Amino acid sequence: MKDIISKKVESMQPSGIRAFFDLVLGMKDVISLGVGEPDFVTPWQIREAGIYSLEEGFTSYTSNKGLYKLRLSINRYLKNRYGLEYSPDEEMLITVGVSEAYDLVLRSIINPHDKVLIPIPSYVSYGPLTELAGGIPVYIDTENDAFKLTPKVLEKHIDAKTKALILNYPTNPTGVSYTKKELSEINKVALKHKLLCITDEIYGDLTYDFEHTPFPTFAGARDNTVYLNGFSKSYAMTGWRVGFACGPKEIIAAMTKIHQYTIMCVSITSQMAACEALETGRKSVEEMKREYKRRREFITDGLCKLGFGCAKPQGAFYAFPSIKNTGLDAMEFAKRLLKEQKVAVVPGTAFGEQYKDYIRISYASSFDNLKEALIRIGNFLKTKQGRKQ
Amino acid sequence: MDEILEILEKDARTTVEDIAKMLKKKPQQVKDAIKKYEKEGIILKYKTVINRELFKETDSQVRALIEVNITPQKDVGFDKVAERIYSFPEVSSCYLISGTYDLLLIVEGRDLHTVSRFVAEKLSPLENVKGTSTHFLLKKYKEDGVMLKHKEENKRIAISY
Repeated sequence: MKDIISKKVESMQPSGIRAFFDLVLGMKDVISLGVGEPDFVTPWQIREAGIYSLEEGFTSYTSNKGLYKLRLSINRYLKNRYGLEYSPDEEMLITVGVSEAYDLVLRSIINPHDKVLIPIPSYVSYGPLTELAGGIPVYIDTENDAFKLTPKVLEKHIDAKTKALILNYPTNPTGVSYTKKELSEINKVALKHKLLCITDEIYGDLTYDFEHTPFPTFAGARDNTVYLNGFSKSYAMTGWRVGFACGPKEIIAAMTKIHQYTIMCVSITSQMAACEALETGRKSVEEMKREYKRRREFITDGLCKLGFGCAKPQGAFYAFPSIKNTGLDAMEFAKRLLKEQKVAVVPGTAFGEQYKDYIRISYASSFDNLKEALIRIGNFLKTKQGRKQ
Repeated sequence: MDEILEILEKDARTTVEDIAKMLKKKPQQVKDAIKKYEKEGIILKYKTVINRELFKETDSQVRALIEVNITPQKDVGFDKVAERIYSFPEVSSCYLISGTYDLLLIVEGRDLHTVSRFVAEKLSPLENVKGTSTHFLLKKYKEDGVMLKHKEENKRIAISY
């Protein structure tokens, strides 16, 4: 088969974590803190809107850009919430989750050997998609700055071939987010070097300690930013696969070109449900957010008491504690914790191969599960120490 | 609504310590707040929601929704009549409602006969009760925000990025 698969794809590194994932999936009665999606089911009125649309016979294609009604709702939402104005006609595209949007932006802007800056640890797809688009991912390690990209470090990584910067905040896997001031500084550097900023703000609604500030709201940023968001995390709609991209019309037009050939349009059922989410879902979002916030306090308190060094996450539903003082590397820690105590976490190495001293803990899990998981992790640490002696 | 109440309304067994952790407060603060709510009657009672559909008890119960028309009284309106009615232990809930009827009662009894007898012998003869309409409850699907069915299995995959 080797000759059949393209050189480009052939050279892509298969994720080393896959085998561990399979191990988790093959086990029963595991308490999983390894899930990258909400543990809530989509609020009923949104599900019902999807069902109703099917009953009414909405089973056709929509416009390539997505249902006009949905784009208009997004336009209103961004305007009311953040004072952001994007034309539903020219500056907006409905995509199959943020994942597709991200792929489209990269393919739209990258010429061979263009560099894309990716602060790490990061979500897994940024690097590989950059490579697929013919670009060169330049990873910026943020470990020494409490997992935040600083203007100084950013500037150091920019050269003549640097085309774009990816910013995902609140961040998967660290739960870190950026204040308005921090973002404003990053924006200044981006403007100075004419970088296109691709901001993945899918967790924006889940920001706990301060207000989330969308990147395009900064002075001068709007023309250099593609703002990505979606319904998956805020509305617990991961499986519906609806996201959207907002940005300068030239870029959106380019993205729409690719989108119309590869995807045509997002499933109409999902788009109809998304309309309902924007119309009536805010209350559910706020409820879920309060719940996540309580879990965050609970899990960070628990992890601290177990002796993990762990910066308090500011958003999303992840914590990224250091496991350095256990003496185990992330994969070994995760495997043994799974086998011995049946608790699943994701090794930090999934988000950058150097993060051997970290694990990602998702607190998108019921309170009872979190409580039990903390007990089991405690037991795991005890038996480990016992063995050492 | 205060978050302590939100937490307790979902799960009354959440411990003071856990609530304190969740809200980043001192346990004593939470304890005091709960005491205050109890004293003020904001928190009235802690109880367990039992799904009676699932066990075939020998002392089975029937429930009826009973609409009642009453004559309001001078000065006290419906309240006094309502009190006479809801003081019967058979009445588990009592609401003043708009529409054709004035009160809506939920009445529980061992069997149809017991409930009917309550209506015929206790409720209807009351001076200010003008009429009643009794609906026996056949099946409960949802009560107080709780769906009366088995917990659904989690449909998420156990691990993802």
